[in-house]
Amino acid sequence: MGQIIQYIQSYLDPNVKVTPGAAGNMFWVLVYILLVFVGLSVAVIAMNWLERKILAHMQVRLGPMRVGPHGLLQPIADALKLLLKEDIMPAEADGLIFWVAPFVVVLAAFTVFVVVPFGPAHAITDMNIGILFMLGVSSLSVLGIVMAGWASNSHYPLIGALRSSAQMVSYEVAMGLAVVSAILMTSLNAEGTGTLSMIGIVQAQQAQHEWFVFKFFPLGLIAFFIFAVAMVAETNRAPFDLAEAESELTAGFHTEYSGFRWSLFFLAEYSAMIAVSSIAVTLWLGGWLRPFPNLLSGHTWDQIFAVVPGVTFLFLAGMCFFNTARMPKHPLFRIQTIGLAVFGVILALIGLFLFIPAVSMRIQDIFWFSAKVAGFMYLYIWYRGTFPRYRFDQLMKMGWKVLLPMGLGVLILTATVALLQEKLWNP
Amino acid sequence: MTDPNSSLSHLDLDTPEKPFLDANELVINMGPQHPATHGVLRVILRLDGEKVLGLECVIGYLHRGVEKIGENRTYTMFNPYVDRMDYVAAVSNGLGYCETVEKLLNVEAPPRAQYVRVILTELNRLASHQLWLGTHALDIGAITPLFYTFRDREEILKIFEKYCGARLTTHAFRIGGLQYETYAGFERDVKNFLDFFRPKIDEYEELLTTNRIWLERTKNVGKISGQDCIALGVTGPVLRASGVKWDLRKAQPYANYKNFDFDIPTGQNGDTYDRYLVRMAEMRQSVRIIEQAIGGIPEGPIIAKVPKVMKPAVGEVYHSIEAPKGELGYFIVSDGSTQPYRVRVRPPSFVNLQALDLMCRGQLVADVIAVIGTLDIVLGEVDR
Repeated sequence: MGQIIQYIQSYLDPNVKVTPGAAGNMFWVLVYILLVFVGLSVAVIAMNWLERKILAHMQVRLGPMRVGPHGLLQPIADALKLLLKEDIMPAEADGLIFWVAPFVVVLAAFTVFVVVPFGPAHAITDMNIGILFMLGVSSLSVLGIVMAGWASNSHYPLIGALRSSAQMVSYEVAMGLAVVSAILMTSLNAEGTGTLSMIGIVQAQQAQHEWFVFKFFPLGLIAFFIFAVAMVAETNRAPFDLAEAESELTAGFHTEYSGFRWSLFFLAEYSAMIAVSSIAVTLWLGGWLRPFPNLLSGHTWDQIFAVVPGVTFLFLAGMCFFNTARMPKHPLFRIQTIGLAVFGVILALIGLFLFIPAVSMRIQDIFWFSAKVAGFMYLYIWYRGTFPRYRFDQLMKMGWKVLLPMGLGVLILTATVALLQEKLWNP
Repeated sequence: MTDPNSSLSHLDLDTPEKPFLDANELVINMGPQHPATHGVLRVILRLDGEKVLGLECVIGYLHRGVEKIGENRTYTMFNPYVDRMDYVAAVSNGLGYCETVEKLLNVEAPPRAQYVRVILTELNRLASHQLWLGTHALDIGAITPLFYTFRDREEILKIFEKYCGARLTTHAFRIGGLQYETYAGFERDVKNFLDFFRPKIDEYEELLTTNRIWLERTKNVGKISGQDCIALGVTGPVLRASGVKWDLRKAQPYANYKNFDFDIPTGQNGDTYDRYLVRMAEMRQSVRIIEQAIGGIPEGPIIAKVPKVMKPAVGEVYHSIEAPKGELGYFIVSDGSTQPYRVRVRPPSFVNLQALDLMCRGQLVADVIAVIGTLDIVLGEVDR
């Protein structure tokens, strides 16, 4: 018994600086998997609400307002609705493939989180081929999409699946080139050894005192830009949402899906968005590192940045309280008002909890990583509210004739500049 | 008779370019329940991959026999029915019908009625174009303009509601003039609306006109030449975007449009982008017309002397007006009784829809959606 407790406790030692996977501590691996899974599901639910709200406010509407205060319970209501809905399978569909397809997509979207580094020790595991693993597994989801389109045995899903697969495959090339140029930058150290490990990439940025987005300005920025465009195309989101262009193909590859299966596609789409955003954050935006590590360095600044997570939650709680005060003073709104206040209290308690030094220290990296990913999520919503949709041929032209040559050029230039720097400036 | 030099000569769907059972050919049935066919239009697409080989429109899902109803109603009773054809521009429909019967009866609406008619019709043109812009942009994937246009269209509908109690199918006009005097504050409301709306056109344009993706999606898409437009009878902004300066408000002035100063915007390329620009410019011109009309509404009666029981002399009359979507014509035959012997409507959407196949050949599926949007059809009017 004591051994088991010791086994569990061994990882809690603050001196442990490796991921549970690397430490070989299977119990904590399981805990981390659960945490990531729950966190991801919560993030998808929150994203659902936020997307509706933000999009609505961009479009001079209110968005969900009825289910819970300010529609806060809307995603939960929707999830319940989807679970209770009749599960329809077309008579002509290929049953097995139709059944498997959503699971393939979800599996691919969730598996990549095995290597996503929320912090130097906050990842399920650290693989020495981390980034390759992420790109490889996330591109498996195209298989599920093709399966869904094919098994539906219907025209619109088939066209949607074809579009989607062609699109994902062609944008992966540009994406890969951008990634390679970032990986090249990791080798700019004394030993000249690069790394493919997700944690290693962030540590390289830490060691070089520069996020790769600013490295060799503007080369890093261009590579980041290529990736940022390609990742939107890769996840089939506006303005590249041709696979599910509702005005053309009703709903694309998931036209024939309903209820729970459909919600799996939804879940996969959003977790894929989070996954590619975390690649971008890890490769170019310094992963879990806090902003301005050079400009605002020193112990005082560290202390100031350490309270940001708590302050953020307190600010959100404050917004809740402010809106509680603004709620209509009508008996019908009493439950909603109380609900919003309770939500605010919960956020405030989380905020206060984050002020505890021991927690604050451990939560720092996770917070900054999530904040950066959240920035990308906002961009996704912003794109959707702003851009019209590309046409298929234009999309392909963009992928093969613009992004791919740009990626190649950036890669060659990065390599050249890196070599020159090594030979000329730092002999 | 088709002109062999015109691209219309290969319009015939019965002679496909490829054998019927070609493995590369995919026949897709788009509609009648489809989010982008603007109602219940059914389009049968023949595709080679994503390229459109040809298409055929199947209409009639919204057929209500409006013309036949007209034969069984008195002239006055039929008036509200025409509002249900192009329900987006109900006021224009009413204007066309009332003017046609007035022509048949040989009466003319008094000047005050004419002015109010012009104001309401132009407001309705704005509302129709706003709805077109919103849905067209939505079809191309820009979801935000829809909400902006609907927000502003609401202000127009409020004016309609205040004037006649209805928002959509207004039945605003009566044969011989108007039923209702303008309400107190009508002029102020319209002026306020104009001040509110002028910057909004710029706002819409800001969202789309120079948007790179919008340009790529609309330029050189659904091109049609002025010659083909005339051959097919296409009218309205579609015709004008192809470079033909034909607007019935100028060509055959009705109501009192000859008193107002406005331009006819035209395009050159006849593509979807030009049609977009033409309609945007038309909105500005409509604002100009309303501005001139609202300042000069004369005093006087609002309805001419028309008999309670209308029995027009035996004869027939054709009258057409420039509806937001094109030439809206009414052909009414009177046999001297209280009911028309025959009512025939020439709806712009129905005629314009003919051009769909010509405009979509060789384009991609996504362009079909864009072209359906840019033709600005209303199925209520196509099927009647």
